[in-house]
Amino acid sequence: MKVYLDNNATTMTDPLVVEAMQPFFTDLYGNPNSLHKFGTASHPAISKAIDQVYTAINAADADDVVFTSCATESNNWVLQSIWIDHILNGEKNHIVTTEVEHPSILSTCKFLEDQGVKVTYLPVNEEGVVESHTVKSFITEKTALVSIMWASNETGMINPIEEIAEICKEKGVLFHSDAVQAVGKIPVDLQSLQIDFLSFSAHKFHGPKGIGGLYIRNSQALSPLLHGGEHMGGRRSGTLNVPFIVGMGEAMQLATQDIQATMAKIRSKRDRLEDELVKLSDTFVVGNRNNRTPNTILISIKGVEGEGMLWDLNNGQIGASTGSACASEDLEANTVMLAIGADNELAHTGIRLSLSRFTTDAEIDYTINHFKEAVARLRGISSSFAKQQPTKGGEVQECELHHH
Amino acid sequence: MAKADILGDSLWDAYSNKVTTLMNNPQHQGEIFEGEAEKRGHKLIVADFGAESCGDAVRLYWEIDPKDDKIVNSKFKSFGCGTAIASSDVMTELCIGKTVQEAVKITNIDVELALRDDPETPAVPPQKMHCSVMAYDVIKKAAGLYLGVDSESFETEIIVCECARVSLGTLQEVIRLNDLTTIEQITDYTKAGGFCKSCIRPGGHEAMDYYLVDILADTRKEMDEEKMKAAADAMAGGEASFETMTLVQQIKAVDAIIDENVRQFLIMDGGDMEIIDIKKNDEYIDIYIRYLGACNGCASSATGTLYAIESTLKEKLSSNIRVLPI
Repeated sequence: MKVYLDNNATTMTDPLVVEAMQPFFTDLYGNPNSLHKFGTASHPAISKAIDQVYTAINAADADDVVFTSCATESNNWVLQSIWIDHILNGEKNHIVTTEVEHPSILSTCKFLEDQGVKVTYLPVNEEGVVESHTVKSFITEKTALVSIMWASNETGMINPIEEIAEICKEKGVLFHSDAVQAVGKIPVDLQSLQIDFLSFSAHKFHGPKGIGGLYIRNSQALSPLLHGGEHMGGRRSGTLNVPFIVGMGEAMQLATQDIQATMAKIRSKRDRLEDELVKLSDTFVVGNRNNRTPNTILISIKGVEGEGMLWDLNNGQIGASTGSACASEDLEANTVMLAIGADNELAHTGIRLSLSRFTTDAEIDYTINHFKEAVARLRGISSSFAKQQPTKGGEVQECELHHH
Repeated sequence: MAKADILGDSLWDAYSNKVTTLMNNPQHQGEIFEGEAEKRGHKLIVADFGAESCGDAVRLYWEIDPKDDKIVNSKFKSFGCGTAIASSDVMTELCIGKTVQEAVKITNIDVELALRDDPETPAVPPQKMHCSVMAYDVIKKAAGLYLGVDSESFETEIIVCECARVSLGTLQEVIRLNDLTTIEQITDYTKAGGFCKSCIRPGGHEAMDYYLVDILADTRKEMDEEKMKAAADAMAGGEASFETMTLVQQIKAVDAIIDENVRQFLIMDGGDMEIIDIKKNDEYIDIYIRYLGACNGCASSATGTLYAIESTLKEKLSSNIRVLPI
C-alpha cells in the first residue's frame, strides 16, 4: 500500500478538477483577450471560476482576487509593492512579520532589509502560535505592513488572525496573511475579517500546481509586480492561464463547499492516527489539536532522528516530512522547530504527517502499524536507548559537536 | 546555476548502495556489556560523541585484548540519519582486528571510501560527508580513554575542514602559492568548505575554531603587508619599479623627483606645483598636477614647463608617465 501523508507540501489534483481543465487545452484554447470566438469561448468558464473563488473565500464584489502563478508570487508581490508604494514612495519604513513564515516571505523580507527596510520578526510561543499582543506591541507609526501566516505548514497551528486583523484595523496598518495552509482546510471568510491582502495556492487544496491567487481588499492600490499587457485590469500581466484558472476555481469549490463536514471526516482520521502514535512512549505532538488545521500532526519521537524515520517510512511506501536539519540541503535546522524551541529535540526528531480528504481509514491503519515498526527498529539502533553506560570520561557533557 | 542544477539532486538518490544497504540492515549495531567483556579477559571501552539534541549521536563499543591492545570486537549505537548509521557501521567494521594505535589512524575519509560502490563515486552527497566525521571523532575519543591520553593529542595539525581534512597550514600555503582571493577558489583548490560548509563562516551547522573567511582575510592581509614591506625595501634599496609601487610610494617618488629637478626653477619664477592624483590605466600612468602661484596661467605651463616635468619623470621613473595639468 502506498500512503501519501505529505499533503501540506502538495496534494493530488482531484480527478474532477483535471476533468474540468481538460477542454481548455485542445478545444477551447483561444486567448481570452482576443476578440474572436476562439478567445471568447472560454469566458463563461473563467467567469464561473471567478465566482467559485470569490465564494470560496467569501470575497465581496468590490474586492479583487487576482490570479497569480503561485503563493510565492503573491507573497513577493505584496511585500515588494508595499515597499515601493509605502516605503520608497511614502513615509513608512517598517514591516512586521514572524520568525516562522514561509521562505517566500522570509527571503523577501531579508531582501527588503538589504534595501534598508526595517523588519521585525515576531517570535512564536511554545505551540508555534504568534500572540496578538506581541503583534500589537511592535506596530509603530512607521509600520507599512503586518504579514502573518494564517496557519503553519509545519505544525498546522492556527494564528489568531481575527484578533490580529482587528489590531491592524485599529492601528490603521495594512494586513497581509499567507493563507496557503488555511484555504481549503479551515473556513476563510473575508467579509467577516478585515484582511487587506491574502495569498493562496491551488495545489494545496487538490488543484493544479502553478496557479495561486492574491486577494486585494476593496480593490485598493498595489503596484503590479509583473508589468506587461494589462491583463486582469492591469494588476497582473501575462496571458490568462485558462485551464489552470478553471482548475483552481473547481478545486476551491470542491474544497470549501462542505468544509465543516469534510474537516470533521479528516479530523477524525487524524485524531485516530495521533491517538495511536502518542501511545508510543516518549513522544509528543506539537500544539493543541483543537487549534490546528484538521489534517496535520507534528510528532516528536525520542531517540529517532527525523531523516532516519522518513527513510523507514519511505521504505514502507509512506510519504511524510521532517524538519530535521539532516534532511535539508544546507543542514540548517528548520526555523519553525527552532522558534518553538522544544528542547532542540524537535528540530531533529519531528515527523510531520498531513492528511487529505482522500486519505482512507485503511491507509491510517497501515500507517499506524508501519510507523510503530519503524520506531521499534530505529530505537533498537539508537544510542538514546542503549543500556551499557560509557566508560568514565567517555560521556558527552553537552552538545560539543553542533551548536545550532 | 546550469541545466544540471535546475532540478536539484535528491539527497537519497546520491547515497551509494552500500549506504542504503547498511542503513536498512546495519551489521555491527548493538551493545557489548562490561560483564561479558571481563569474562573473556578483555577490557571494554565505551565512548559517546554528539548528543540527541545536537542532531547526531554515536556510542562506540570496543572490546580490547589488553595483551596486544587489539580490538577483538566492536559495536555501535547511533541516533542519526541513514548516513550516520551506515558510517558508524563501516567505522566499527574498520576497527575490528586493529590495535588501538592502528585504529586511531582511521579517518572519516577512510570511512567514506569504504562506503563507496566504486572508487570514483562519492558514497554520500557533499553535505552528508560530515556524518563520517563523527566516526573519526568517536574513535579518537575511545582511543584516548583506553590509552589514558587526551583525544586531541592524536591530531598533529590543526584541521580546519573536518570533512575534507584540510589543515590550517595547507590552507595558508595554498592561498599564498596560488594568490587565492575567494572562498570558491579555496574550495576548488583544496575541497575545504565543499561539504557541510560549517568551516566557511560562523553560523553554519557546527561552531568551529577556525573559519575559511578569517583564514583568507588574515592570509591576504599578511600577503599585502609583505608586499608593501618588500616594495618599501626595494625603494630603500633603489631597485623599485614605479609600476609596482603603492599609490603613496608613487606620490612620494614623484615628489622627490620634482623636488630634486623641477621645483627650484618654478619657485624662482614665483610659482610652484602640487600632485593631485595618480591614476593607472592600460596605456599610461597619468599624474594629475596643479600649478600654483605665478605658474598658474603662465603660457609655458602648458608647453615648455609641462614638457620639462613630463620628460624628467619619464626618464627617472617610467616611460609610461603622462602629466596632465588640471
